[in-house]
Amino acid sequence: RAGLGRAGPGSAAMSSGGTLSILRSDSYAELSQYRDQHFRGTRYDQERLLRKSCTLYVGNLSFYTTEEQIHELFGKSGDIKKVIMGLDKVKKTACGFCFVEYYARGDAENAMRYINGTRLDDRIIRTDWDAGFKEGRQYGRGRSGGQVRDEYRQDYDAGRGGYGKTVQCQ
Amino acid sequence: MSRRRHSDDSDAGQPHKRRRTSEPSEIEERLESLICRVGEKSNSSLESNLEGLAGVLEADLPNYKSKILRILCTVARLLPEKLTVYTTLVGLLNARNYNFGGEFVEAMIRQLKECLKVNMYNEAVHLVRFLSDLVNCHVIAAPSMVAMFENFVSVTQEEDVPQVRCDWYMFAFLSSLPWVGKELYEKKDAEMDRLLSQTESYLKRRQKIHVPMLQVWTADKPHPQEEYLDCLWSQIQKLKKDRWQERHILRPYLAFDSVLCEALQHNLPPFTPPPHTEDSVYPMPRVIFRMFDYTDDPEGPVMPGSHSVERFVIEENLHCIIKSHWKERKTCAAQLLRYPGNNKIPLNYHIVEVIFAELFQLPSPPHIEVMYTTLLIELCKLQPGSLPQVLAQATEMLYMRLDTMNTTCVDRFINWFSHHLSNFQFRWSWEDWSDCLTQDLEKPKPKFVREVLEKCMRLSYHQRIIDIVPASFSVLSPANPVCIYKYGDESNRSLPGYTVALCLTIAIKNKASNDEIFSILKDVPNPNQDDDDGEGFTFNPLKIEVFVQTLLHLAAKSFSHSFSALAKFHEVFKTLAESDEGKLHVLRVVYEVWKNHPQMIAVLVDKMIRTQIVDCAAVANWIFSSELAHDFTRFYIWEILHSTIRKMNKHVLKIHKELEETKARLARQHKR
Repeated sequence: RAGLGRAGPGSAAMSSGGTLSILRSDSYAELSQYRDQHFRGTRYDQERLLRKSCTLYVGNLSFYTTEEQIHELFGKSGDIKKVIMGLDKVKKTACGFCFVEYYARGDAENAMRYINGTRLDDRIIRTDWDAGFKEGRQYGRGRSGGQVRDEYRQDYDAGRGGYGKTVQCQ
Repeated sequence: MSRRRHSDDSDAGQPHKRRRTSEPSEIEERLESLICRVGEKSNSSLESNLEGLAGVLEADLPNYKSKILRILCTVARLLPEKLTVYTTLVGLLNARNYNFGGEFVEAMIRQLKECLKVNMYNEAVHLVRFLSDLVNCHVIAAPSMVAMFENFVSVTQEEDVPQVRCDWYMFAFLSSLPWVGKELYEKKDAEMDRLLSQTESYLKRRQKIHVPMLQVWTADKPHPQEEYLDCLWSQIQKLKKDRWQERHILRPYLAFDSVLCEALQHNLPPFTPPPHTEDSVYPMPRVIFRMFDYTDDPEGPVMPGSHSVERFVIEENLHCIIKSHWKERKTCAAQLLRYPGNNKIPLNYHIVEVIFAELFQLPSPPHIEVMYTTLLIELCKLQPGSLPQVLAQATEMLYMRLDTMNTTCVDRFINWFSHHLSNFQFRWSWEDWSDCLTQDLEKPKPKFVREVLEKCMRLSYHQRIIDIVPASFSVLSPANPVCIYKYGDESNRSLPGYTVALCLTIAIKNKASNDEIFSILKDVPNPNQDDDDGEGFTFNPLKIEVFVQTLLHLAAKSFSHSFSALAKFHEVFKTLAESDEGKLHVLRVVYEVWKNHPQMIAVLVDKMIRTQIVDCAAVANWIFSSELAHDFTRFYIWEILHSTIRKMNKHVLKIHKELEETKARLARQHKR
């Protein structure tokens, strides 16, 4: 019988030596330094959830990026269970982030490896592990209703409402 | 806290300080690191690094011999792209410590046997190649290597074994010859001639019915898509004609010849290939993908010909680099570009060819498709002045040859190209492809452009696509993905079910319950009235039409809206679609509403399968129905079909696993 050309049924668990640490490197799929400060539970709980999560936070989206576009892009690493668009708490309109939940963690890992740091709507988007969606987390936490980063930013970003909120209020 | 995660810094070492205790595990880590990194960027020459490392390892042998043996065996198996670096290292160690050399060879043979036992054939090839290069390093005596190869080739005489078994042993022999052919032929020419003649007769009599299935293009021009053993055989024959002169492989051991030729060699123990068993799974045969030749880069270094052994070695090594670093895209790109021979070979062309070879590999690529897209983007970042041009040239060539390209490969080409463009503002010289406008829209080239534009639209939005193509291409532009609601206009009020649809719309907007929906739908006449079998609820296509049209129209705003609608009215769906005809009709109505938005159809079908509103059989019947015949060659249909089959497979595997686990639990219970 012929196999599929991939590594056969034998795994890396060979008694004569497993693998090499340089080949185990998977830095794109690792946890970042960020921890959601609003998480309810211990750091330990949070990290445990992050390590088995199938949900990614996606940031630096344009306010105009649609769920359909996100579905198309993130669908390239596997079947998507759910996309939850981030909303301005006041206006209830898209405010530049979302959550993407996969059925399988491996698919989320591939998104971290190959979709993170590439472009959607001409913007470099960033993905990070998320401990899991909970009602309320779809809203921006900035004072004006959007994301915190859009409160204080000084630059002009046409895809994110122009200048930062504090700048706009000057 | 910032969300920045992946840093652009290369591995900067440990972030925290370690105390300088020489714990064994630390030493082992250091040894592994030293060994793995030899040959990487350094201020000193490779030779002096190898010399230095050999000295360090020799000194550590008394205390860490088994660890060093294990590490060296592992790099032999897993870092084939650095084969000659490590064979040289082993050669130097053998010259300093004969016993160690012997133990290493024994350990390698043990590892080889184990690999073959657990079907790790790809890694086993690396081990065989390593052993053969050890002949060049005076670690293994040439005659004993020839004897091993004689045993390999004699596998082709075995009866009642799969051809792929014989293929593997043949491949292991032939693919080692670029490294060691010269030495073996010099020492044992008669035996080698005999082996080569046996090889030739095997290759003549073996079956090659797999070739048409695996070829990316059906045409032989401009480059024949050769069966992998045939191609390798041509390469070896040419190598032999060139008196085994091979000039591409970096051979650090040549610099140490005076030291190495003083070393005592070891004989390989007689190696009997393990017999074929029920559980043996050999690698699949392949077809060699070629898209470039020396005419494609007239200004640069000459690309080695398709039957040159250099081509084989370069391709093998580049594939190995991708295999080693596929999870780390920046490292992978850097390592590919660091492949030695940059000035003598058109490296960018080799890299692009090898990447497309994997992307288009049939039946499946070795890695997930999106990896290749991102890897090519990383390569473009590292070589912005040269790689994008090669990629554009490759795209042009692939476009020119669409007529004979395997449809699955065309699909992958479409997915790659559209995703790639979306990272570069969709900039492309579409006018260069105006030739496709004069063709029948169903021909490969215009079809390809249509599908690309459709996929580009999915990653952006309709108006963007209109803006990026010349006006002449509007005939190929995708439809505006809007919902078609048949009861929308007052002018449709004569349609049966129109008033119920209006009623339903109001009810749903007022958050009606499922029961209220049912009672509204009761008023819908059944066009199949005469088929009523008296059981109360029969298949009523009009009811399905009114309900599904109305609901999907109300929920048209986004995927989430539609999914919520499916969830909220799940009970209604289940009831209406209880029969097979019901399921089929639901799918038909979904199509009618969303035929301008294939992506929406795909996600709705997916959701309906997962929530068991329709089943896989219904989807298959719908796809192969005569109503959908006009869309049969559109890729979204196959996207849906493949996705459906995948879900089915996953489901079967899952419940099979649950069944096995339950059986095992039951068995354990009985034992108590």
